This record gives sequence, structure tokens and C-alpha cells, in this order.
Amino acid sequence: MIKSKSTKLGDWIIAFICFLVILVCLLPLVNIAARSLSASEALIKGEVTLWPKGFNISAYKLVFNDSKYVWSLGWTAILTFICTVVSMVMTTICAYPLTYDKLKGRKAINTLIIFTMYFNAGAIPNYLLMKDLDLINKPLVLIIPSCLSVFNMIIMRSFLYGIPDSLRESAEIDGAGPIRTLVSIYLPLSTSVIATLSLFYAVGRWNGFSDALIYMGNRKYYPIQLLLYNIINNINNIEVSAQEGFANPGLSDGIKAATVMFATVPILLVYPWLQRYFITGVTIGAVKG
Amino acid sequence: MSGNTQKLKNYLKRYWTLYLLLVVPIVYFLVFRYIPMTYIQIAFKKYSIVQSPWEMPWAGNHGFEYFIKAFANRDFIFALRNTILLNLLDLVIGFPAPIILALLLNELTFAKFKRVTQTVAYMPHFLSWIIISGMALQLFAPSTGLLNIMLNHMGVESIPFLNDPKHWVATYILLGVWQSVGWNSIIYLAALTGINPELYEAASIDGAGRFKKMWHVTLPGLRSTIIVLLIMNLGRILGSEFDRPYALRNALVDNVSNVISTFVYTNGIRGLQFSLTTAVGLFQSVVCVIFLIGANSLAKKFGERGIW
Repeated sequence: MIKSKSTKLGDWIIAFICFLVILVCLLPLVNIAARSLSASEALIKGEVTLWPKGFNISAYKLVFNDSKYVWSLGWTAILTFICTVVSMVMTTICAYPLTYDKLKGRKAINTLIIFTMYFNAGAIPNYLLMKDLDLINKPLVLIIPSCLSVFNMIIMRSFLYGIPDSLRESAEIDGAGPIRTLVSIYLPLSTSVIATLSLFYAVGRWNGFSDALIYMGNRKYYPIQLLLYNIINNINNIEVSAQEGFANPGLSDGIKAATVMFATVPILLVYPWLQRYFITGVTIGAVKG
Repeated sequence: MSGNTQKLKNYLKRYWTLYLLLVVPIVYFLVFRYIPMTYIQIAFKKYSIVQSPWEMPWAGNHGFEYFIKAFANRDFIFALRNTILLNLLDLVIGFPAPIILALLLNELTFAKFKRVTQTVAYMPHFLSWIIISGMALQLFAPSTGLLNIMLNHMGVESIPFLNDPKHWVATYILLGVWQSVGWNSIIYLAALTGINPELYEAASIDGAGRFKKMWHVTLPGLRSTIIVLLIMNLGRILGSEFDRPYALRNALVDNVSNVISTFVYTNGIRGLQFSLTTAVGLFQSVVCVIFLIGANSLAKKFGERGIW
């Protein structure tokens, strides 16, 4: 193959553009981190860019000393854990039976499920249902209604479908029932998809905001995103604020920056660790989706 | 006949546990996805807190009173316009962006650097819109934000990124690209691995340069992926995210930031106009389904597989 000089230059130009992409992705994070560690006078004067000015950790001290934040962080962590476990169980028990070609009624059940992906009743009917089920303001409302994602279920189903039938058949010959086959053969072979989907569910719950905004009026159970939203927008009383907009003077930028970091760092901590798994999940979803 | 019953018995004996597993998910879908559909009739009825949706009296104008009211409502018309406008801009700017990124990454010859770029570019997808808005409010702040500090340094006047309707729209769209471009490129990158390398070699022998190869080999290889995703995006042209506009909006830009989902939230859940907002939601869902079906059959006309 002929490699001319201009191709090489092209390579460097492309690498440079990619370098810019990296910068654009990271700089907002660096900026907010720098602001959270800066003196508030420097913030007000507009002196802080990518490095803290007047370095101090008072904003973090304040945040960590406020039981509201720490409680919300702990509660959201517990909630995320519970939701992920419940969702994974639901996803598995929904996806696994649907991989059996011989299962009678499989098509009908599939249609019943897929239909909900394209047509949703809407926010108000969902809200009224929660009201009728008496779930409003209960912690369960943050767990049950969103515990099964059709999209994730399809990813799981496609993955399980890819496991050779011969394995299932040999297990059946050995006298194993479907559940036994699932636990001892399918699940051990599915660690990558389990990791991927757990990541999706966990991130979804950690980042979840609108369901809490709509269904959760009890401040004790505010997940971190709702608390963060109220802090960023200087809202003390969410009911009033929804109509009034954002009026009363709130916390300083430094403290807000620290609370943003507070909700971001847990994500950034697990991200590199799980990163290698999710590509598999997305590509399975793309093929079948 | 008895042979059949015997067969069924054997079948159930073998597979009844599968149905047992399915019971919980099916109940879940019936309760949390299908029962709400029965509440849709509120759109055609006068809402009353003491009655079940089945008992509520029909609304005027053959039940369409609230649909007519919605289209006479200035706020709703604005929300409808903004939804379409923001989604169209997302489609024009946000849709090609991951394709371009995937092409760039595909051309990147330094393997390690490619992996680093991918890792970093996927990351914003995992940040919530609340976090992003928290960062954006400081990053774009009129005199103390990083971007305006930089602009002022270069002698340019501050830009009201989030405080002026036109700039807000641009910022909203670009933040959307920032959040999703890396993640959405994954699908294209996966499709690229399916392209036969011999095609590139053949093109090279024919004297094709980088751009010719991109145009004649890479892009055709992405064609069906692009079309499927385009269908799904067209289907969402009247759909509206909630977190993104809700987190980024402020009082100064209400006339461009209010979309259908935020309209439903403010007027329905906060304003308690349940019939009106259910009607709006139904209108939105139905139009989405129609668009999806339309886009899908259009794709099939062009000889593509479509999504069903």
C-alpha cells in the first residue's frame, strides 16, 4: 500500500480533533472540581478556570457536616442497590422463558411486552395509578414502577438466546428443569450481560429524577438528584418553587459545585471499572433493537 | 383427543415453571403499563376526584372538549412548537454528530489513543441532566463562568448562554450533543467492524484516498444502521424528554424551554388539570406512533429492513 505524506498529516489532524473531543468532555468536570475547591471571593471575581484559586475544602466540610446530604447519599446508594437487584431478577425471569422456542403463547406475551415500548399511557395516567395504588410518597414508588425496562429485557433475551441449545438439551436429559438450567448453566455464562444491565439499571436509578419529582413528596426519601436539583436552583420548598420559579438567594457557587461533585464522583468511580462490559450490551441491543 | 390432552399434560409438566417465572413480569406489565391505559379515558371525560375514570361524565363536544381546549391554550401551542423545534434541531445537529465521531475514531491510527478517546467520550452519557445543569449553570455563568472568562480574555463580550432564548436553544442542543455523541457512536463503531476489510484494500488499489474510501466504503456500510436510527428518531419528533429541558430551563427562557412534557407536569401534576393534560399526553403518544409507523414504512419502501 502507498502511504503518502499527506495521509500521515491527515492522521495527525484526526488525532488532534480527537484530542479536542477529550478536552471538551473533560473540561467541564475539571472546571466544576476547581470551583468546588476555590475560595468564594475568587469565584465571585471570576478568577477560577481550571485550577482552584484560594484552595480550601470548606465547601466539602459543609456538605459532609450537613446530615441532609449524607443521608440522601446513603439512601440513594441503598435505593440503587435494591433497584438493581430487583430489576435484574425481573429482567431475568422475564427474558429467560421467552428464549424457549417451544413455549406456547410466547408470541402473544412478546407482543404484549413490546407494545408498551411504543405506546405509553402518559404521565398523568401513570400518576393517577400511583395515587390509586397509594404509592405516592412511599419509598416503593421509586423501586417498583421502573423495575423492568423492556429495552434491557430485549438485550438480556438476545444474549440468552445466543447460548447454544445443546447446553440446554443436555441439561434436560440430565433431568434438570428450566429453573435449574437457568441457575446452573445460563446465569454463569451471562456474567457480562448481567454486569452491563446492572450498570444500566444502577446508573438509571442513581441519575433518576423525574419519578422522584413527581411521586416523592417526603423529603426524607429524596434521592440525591432531587436534592441536588433543589440546591442548584435554590429551592427549599419544591411545591412552591414549581410555580414560582427560582427566586430566593441560595447557597454560594462553591457549595453548589461541591454538591454537584458529591453526586458525580460515585458515578466516575464505578465508570472505568464497568466500562469494559457495557460495549457488549449496547452492541447486542443494537443488533436486535 | 386423549392423546392431545396427554401431550398437553407432558408439556405443562415440563414447562410449567417457565410460566411461573413469567407471572410476575406479566402482572407488572398489566398493572404498571396497561391499567394506566384505561385512565386515558380521562382525556374524554370531566375529571372528578371522587369517581373512578369509568364513572366520570363525558366531556362536551362529543368528548373532545379538552383537545379543543388544549389547542386553544397558548402555553400548549408554545410547548408544541418548542418540542418540534428542539427535536428537529436535535435531529439536524445531534443525529449526524455521532456518525462523524465514529468516522473519526475509525480513521484514528493510534490504537491506545483511540481507546482513551472512546472511554472519555462515553462518560458524559452517565451523568444525569441535573448534574449537567449544575455544571452548565457555573460553566456558562455570565461573568464568572469559564467560557465567558475565556471570551472576555480574548476581548469578546460575554454571551448569555442560558439567559437569552436564542442562546439557550443553541446551548441546549450543544449540551445534548456533548452528553450523547460518544455513547451514540458505539452503535456505528460496532457496525463498522462488520465492513469487509477487502473493500478498503480494493478501494486503495483503485487509488481512493481517505475521503473517497469514507464516502464509498464506510458510509454505505453504515447505511442500514443510520436508517434504523433515523426511523427511531423521527418517531420521537413529538416525543419529549423531561429531565433535560426541566433541568436547564429558567424563568428568562420559558417561551422556548417549555415542551410538552414540562407542560404536562406544570399543568397536570402541579396544576391538577388532569383531563387537559391527559388529552395532551394522548395526542403526543398517538402522533408518535403514527410517525414511527410512517417512518418505518418509508424505510421499507427504500428497501431497508426497518424496525419491525
